[in-house]
Amino acid sequence: MLVLDLALKSLRNRAFSTSLTVGSIALSVALLIGVENVRVGMRESFSNTISQTDLIVGTKGGTIQLLLYSVFGMGAPTENVSWEAYRQWAEHPAVAWTIPYSLGDSHRGFRVIGTNDDFYRHYRYRGGQEIALAEGRASENLYDVTLGADVASELNYTMGDEIAVTHGIGEVGFLVHDHMPFTVVGVLAKTFTPVDRAIYVTLEGMEAIHWEGGAPPASDDGHVHDEEAEAASVDNGHVHDEEDEEVADDDGHADDDHAHEVETEVAAADDGHVHSEADLSIEDVEVTQVTSFFVGTTDRRDVLMLQREINDFEDEPMMAVIPGVALNEMWRSLGYAETGLRLVTIFVVMVGLLGMLVSLYTSLDERRREMAILRAVGAGPRRIVALLVLESVCLAAAGALAGLALVYVLLSVGQSIVEAQVGLFIPIRPPGFVELLFMGAVVTAGFLMGFVPALKAYRTALHDGLTVRV
Amino acid sequence: MSLAIDIRNLRYRYGGGPWVLDIPELTLERGTRAFLFGPSGSGKTTLLGVLAGVLEANEGEVTVLGEDLGSLSGARRDAFRAEHIGYVFQMFNLIPYLSVLDNITLPVRMHAGRRARLDGAGVKESAALLAGQLHIGDLLKKPVTELSVGQQQRVAACRALIGAPELIVADEPTSSLDFDRREDFLELLFQECERAGATLVFVSHDRTLEGMFSRTISLPDVNTAVH
Ligand SMILES: Nc1ncnc2c1ncn2[C@@H]1O[C@H](COP(=O)(O)OP(=O)(O)OP(=O)(O)O)[C@@H](O)[C@H]1O
Ligand SMILES: [Mg+2]
Repeated sequence: MLVLDLALKSLRNRAFSTSLTVGSIALSVALLIGVENVRVGMRESFSNTISQTDLIVGTKGGTIQLLLYSVFGMGAPTENVSWEAYRQWAEHPAVAWTIPYSLGDSHRGFRVIGTNDDFYRHYRYRGGQEIALAEGRASENLYDVTLGADVASELNYTMGDEIAVTHGIGEVGFLVHDHMPFTVVGVLAKTFTPVDRAIYVTLEGMEAIHWEGGAPPASDDGHVHDEEAEAASVDNGHVHDEEDEEVADDDGHADDDHAHEVETEVAAADDGHVHSEADLSIEDVEVTQVTSFFVGTTDRRDVLMLQREINDFEDEPMMAVIPGVALNEMWRSLGYAETGLRLVTIFVVMVGLLGMLVSLYTSLDERRREMAILRAVGAGPRRIVALLVLESVCLAAAGALAGLALVYVLLSVGQSIVEAQVGLFIPIRPPGFVELLFMGAVVTAGFLMGFVPALKAYRTALHDGLTVRV
Repeated sequence: MSLAIDIRNLRYRYGGGPWVLDIPELTLERGTRAFLFGPSGSGKTTLLGVLAGVLEANEGEVTVLGEDLGSLSGARRDAFRAEHIGYVFQMFNLIPYLSVLDNITLPVRMHAGRRARLDGAGVKESAALLAGQLHIGDLLKKPVTELSVGQQQRVAACRALIGAPELIVADEPTSSLDFDRREDFLELLFQECERAGATLVFVSHDRTLEGMFSRTISLPDVNTAVH
């Protein structure tokens, strides 16, 4: 106890260097624990990108690919699911609800998604929050669009604006159907999920976008082909205006096939195609396919059974994934980024501890007299070692505790700000296993590092005896 | 047993350096007030280190208060010193981050054997009593950095004397004091040594003090190590 008393008083005596050392350790520990908290928050918010959806169904392919295009609006599948197959599963007795999605088009870098009422009714994110409209209403007519919050704010669109939608997700698709304009009828409230970065039209509207030249196909075989669309448009007796070119945003990536497709389309249009978009209504359009759909079951115990049934479906190649499982798998595949981040913060902590080592070590020269006095009153070299190791442990422990406290202070101040700004909810919890592990590691490192100055002091104590030479 | 110090054929050197001490024989009766002098570098401080058990003799026997230091382990020697020996340095005797009281009580808190020698008196009370006798009773709560040099040396003397150790070793404790204070300090030190029946080994360059001691040892005369 004497040694602890001495250690504490000695540290207090060197208050300035002590507080600098504790401060730098605290900052590094706060960074370590803070990053861990943010990581947990990100992970949770990532796994919560969608919630209450039991299965995501699309054409057969990679799990992560299905997740990417149906949840994150990235990439596209090679094939779609036919409307018949979709309806068949939607009416399955184990299925409570579905949300159909038809993807594949973009507007100035934002994904255009065709869906229906079910989206507004059943989509849930972040532990059950519903999609809400900030303004207007959901898309229900053929040329209605509802904008995600980011789309509206970044493109400065407001209610009633008419916008054009290109075919193909690449930016090169700059064809503008200004005679087939979509009108903004609603803007969604911010969700901090990929929903914010998408433009929602009806399934029928999406079919309409697919018609080359802007007119419905003459044939009704259930599939829209470019040739048919063009052929149909020739018969419409409407003179096609010269297409406006819209300057592409630069954040999308070009899809060569689509670029080619669009060029021929523009050429065809310039040739003076005629068509009519006139007063088509939603009833005139037949939806033939969806890209993927979300499924909610009536009883969650049926999920695995349903998943197996869908995967074994023989009419079409289909695949169902459980979003939570797939999201976790995807997060794990990003694991190296986490590891990298963690490594960096561990290095920062090491730097903080090295600072402590330097300050303890350089203080030893000033303390030779003190060591000689302690020797003279009966302290053995081991007590000298104990004193210095204890000082090091105290510094590390104080730094670790202060760092932890700093995290809680920052969290309680910043939690709501961060949530409002970036939609990342970082939970405030009592220190868990990871925090205790980190703090234990820091104190242990402090203990081990304490031996470096301590052993030097031990050697000088043995050698110097009671002469203190400057 | 009546010898406080009994040195036979002691040889000591630092690391692989030259012999600093080579003392065929040196004895000191208990209760003696010895004056040890010698030129700078003659090994006075080194000899005190050996007597206090901080330095271990390379050769020969060193018996202090009947205890053969050579037969003790390092830890036992530390304990022996804590329990039986009071040490006063030339200057900078005090640990700067401790109060006067904490500095005085350090040996008692360091070792239970020394505490036992307080004869049941409380640690604080003993310290206060000694401080009063050395006329620094009103300084106990002060930080040591606010003391004059003379006051510091008295605090150091209190620390050496607390728990009444049998041997007091003082390494030029008065060299930083002016003449009046020097005598003052010595009077007090003698008085306390007498009260405790302690043996005093006092190192100094200052031959004018010699007359106050009961025995004078010239280190160059007993130390045959050549320099
Ligand atoms: N820690 C040490 N390491 C190596 N040599 C030392 C050490 N301490 C003292 N010496 C050497 O031992 C010799 C005796 O030193 P010591 O300090 O005992 O002399 P001293 O008589 O006390 O001198 P002073 O009157 O100046 O205090 C000197 O030559 C000194 O250089
Ligand atoms: Mg000396």
